[in-house]
Amino acid sequence: MKVTIDDISIEVPPGTTILEAARMIGENVPPTMCYYSKLEGSGGKCRSCLVQVTKGSEKDPRPMPKLVASCRTTVMDGMEVRNTTSPDVISARKSVTEFLLINHPIDCPICDQAGECDLQDLSYEHGLSKSRYDFKKRVFEKIDIGDYIQMHMTRCIMCYRCVMVADQLTPERVHGVLNRGEAAEISTYIKKAIDNEFSGNMIDVCPVGALTDKTFRFKSRVWFTKPVYAHRDCKTCSGKVTLWYQGAEVLRVTGRKDRWHEVEEFICNDCRFHKKDTADWVIESAAPVSRHSVISQNHNVYEVPVVRKKLQENNKPE
Amino acid sequence: MGLQLLLEHINKPEIETIDGYIKHGGYRTLDKVLGKMSPDEVTEEVKTAGLRGRGGAGFPTGLKWTFLDKSTDKPRYLLCNADESEPGTFKDRLIMQKIPHLLIEGMILSSYALGCRTSYIYIRGEYMFILRILEKAIKEAYAKGFLGENIKGSGYSLDLYVHPGAGAYICGEETALIESLEGKRGNPRIKPPFPAVSGLWGCPTIVNNVESICTVVPIVNMSGAEYAKIGIGRSTGTKLISASGNINKPGVYEIELGLPVEEFIYSDEYCGGIKGGLELKACVPGGSSVPILPKHLLLKESNGNPRLMTYESLSEGGFETGSMLGSGGFIVYDEKQCIVKNTWTFARFYHHESCGQCSPCREGTIWLDKVLYNIEHGLGKESDIDLLWDIQHGIEGNTICPLGDAAAWPVAAAIRHFRHEFEYHVRYPHRVKDEDHVYQPEMNYRTA
Ligand SMILES: Cc1cc2nc3c(=O)[nH]c(=O)nc-3n(C[C@H](O)[C@H](O)[C@H](O)COP(=O)(O)O)c2cc1C
Ligand code: SF4
Ligand code: SF4
Ligand code: FES
Repeated sequence: MKVTIDDISIEVPPGTTILEAARMIGENVPPTMCYYSKLEGSGGKCRSCLVQVTKGSEKDPRPMPKLVASCRTTVMDGMEVRNTTSPDVISARKSVTEFLLINHPIDCPICDQAGECDLQDLSYEHGLSKSRYDFKKRVFEKIDIGDYIQMHMTRCIMCYRCVMVADQLTPERVHGVLNRGEAAEISTYIKKAIDNEFSGNMIDVCPVGALTDKTFRFKSRVWFTKPVYAHRDCKTCSGKVTLWYQGAEVLRVTGRKDRWHEVEEFICNDCRFHKKDTADWVIESAAPVSRHSVISQNHNVYEVPVVRKKLQENNKPE
Repeated sequence: MGLQLLLEHINKPEIETIDGYIKHGGYRTLDKVLGKMSPDEVTEEVKTAGLRGRGGAGFPTGLKWTFLDKSTDKPRYLLCNADESEPGTFKDRLIMQKIPHLLIEGMILSSYALGCRTSYIYIRGEYMFILRILEKAIKEAYAKGFLGENIKGSGYSLDLYVHPGAGAYICGEETALIESLEGKRGNPRIKPPFPAVSGLWGCPTIVNNVESICTVVPIVNMSGAEYAKIGIGRSTGTKLISASGNINKPGVYEIELGLPVEEFIYSDEYCGGIKGGLELKACVPGGSSVPILPKHLLLKESNGNPRLMTYESLSEGGFETGSMLGSGGFIVYDEKQCIVKNTWTFARFYHHESCGQCSPCREGTIWLDKVLYNIEHGLGKESDIDLLWDIQHGIEGNTICPLGDAAAWPVAAAIRHFRHEFEYHVRYPHRVKDEDHVYQPEMNYRTA
């Protein structure tokens, strides 16, 4: 099947979604705040990945009347899609970004997710520099969900990924979505700790800082740490992880994330929270980091952009 | 009174019981259909009749039935949408309360046409007393052998259940209704797949409005071809209109589609004119989700022809100058009514009813509510009007289900046709008491 996105064509197998096709092309990929390829049924909710279908298919060339969620729309043969080349898409994405931010605390300076937050990326690209929302922001009562995971409901964007992790990876889900509409929240109904051996993956899938690692909390900033691939023999999971070092100390263990910020494999809580000693692990290599990421600012820089090189040369000590 | 196909016997008290209903010609269709007509022939009648869904979208019912996936051997379900929660719409309630057997008869015919062994009526939780009426009627129908195993010896069996919702407008959206019926949170599903392929418990499912299903009874009685003669063009048959607002005779009226809007408002047979001899100012012709129209656009189409109560005529001119027939919730405003306040009231409703699944609707509806609150309470700014426009534009068309559109359209139409009222509110604010100045959330989230 042939699909064309922003004038670039690609052949894809039937059943591929527009988003997957865009990821195959690798350029101009719509941002995804809720879709997660490893979680069944995810996507469709945040609306940040909306695209315009200007030609439905070879057979039925009519354009689609509304923008569609690229993560949940399968391609048809001959489909033509506009992503960044459509003013409508850009305008819708701007609106979605604004909507996601009106009640977000924007407390990045004290948020552990800062530096690897999808909402930061989205706002950087599509956000306004000033908020048009002059009302009190929504605040939720804090709830304690146990010793490992810190929950900040105010930062949540209701992507439902953590609920799906609990449904799909663990034998029993003890948290979910309560209430309706703008008052909807992620919570454990009867204040209860979330406790099972895969619960930590909720931290990895959370696109924002609503679920963070209590064992890493306030220890450092992600851009001061250095990601390293490592593995161990684990009975529960694959044992393939990323260790985040500061100096010789392992501050944090996470799953290995790909280009789309999705983990390659889910890991167990034992690996994540209890193995923070280099001796526990077999070190593989430095983890690849995109040079656009702030994490590359201190470490793992693949290529120094020209501007920076010049700056560095100019600033050389005499 | 014009032609009454559904409400003919509404004022006869005995019509509530099965014997009274049979006395007035009820359940005749079973003998005509079961074992005599094939299911496809029934569907064909409904198609010929040109019946369009009465739940709001106006999608042709017969055509929808043909989408039902018959290729699997999974059970098929017919779900009757009795969630009726749209502000301004109260027609289904009248039928279910007064003529429950009409709905049951319609359910039997429709289920037969679709090949369903089990069907459900999903009724809104606030209609608990009607649920009891329906359950009593279903019991009576079982006792007569109209429901259950081998109905009237025809070999066709059907079980019918009533299921209450828990008070959410969104559960009227067909996929949210299915989720709710499955015992889950009433979040609309992302389509495709459509219910006709994968609905209740992953089985092929059709969802229809109460009135649509009831209308199958007169269609079978008089034949689809006869039914199609009523009305104008693609708007065939009769439609129940819930009339409310500043009129002399509010209530539910059965009209032949094609009646001029002006006649409906002013004739004594229907609304009986504006209350207190005041002037008509505006009207929401199809339930709170459809655009409001000022008098001059309401009574005449853009080409000067009188506007008619049909799907086509009411939407003539698109949203620039038209509206929609929707679910037939006809709300009339006299010259003293404030459009800003009305828009805020609607916005509050959608804010309260959003399921919260997708960001534009979850966050946009609360924002609309708050900005409109400010304008209404004398705290608005000139720029707020454009802001409202931007917000509604950001919601419209960008959401999972049409609730987002339903929240956006009334705001857009109010600004389009009554911008001067918004400007007046901003320029000449009538301030309210100080303690009311801060927006008070009506939702009880657990705030810190
Ligand atoms: C937010 C929302 C609420 C709805 N509420 C109702 C309702 O209360 N009753 C109803 O019949 N249809 C309602 N609908 C329309 C249904 O989704 C569906 O289109 C209808 O039940 C189909 O029946 P019909 O084809 O017979 O009209 C609603 C739709 C939306 C988006
Ligand atoms: S807590 Fe995080 S993962 Fe869960 S719904 Fe909120 S944003 Fe998504
Ligand atoms: S549009 Fe509103 S009600 Fe519909 S799915 Fe989205 S959040 Fe829920
Ligand atoms: S990623 Fe597609 S809607 Fe959220």
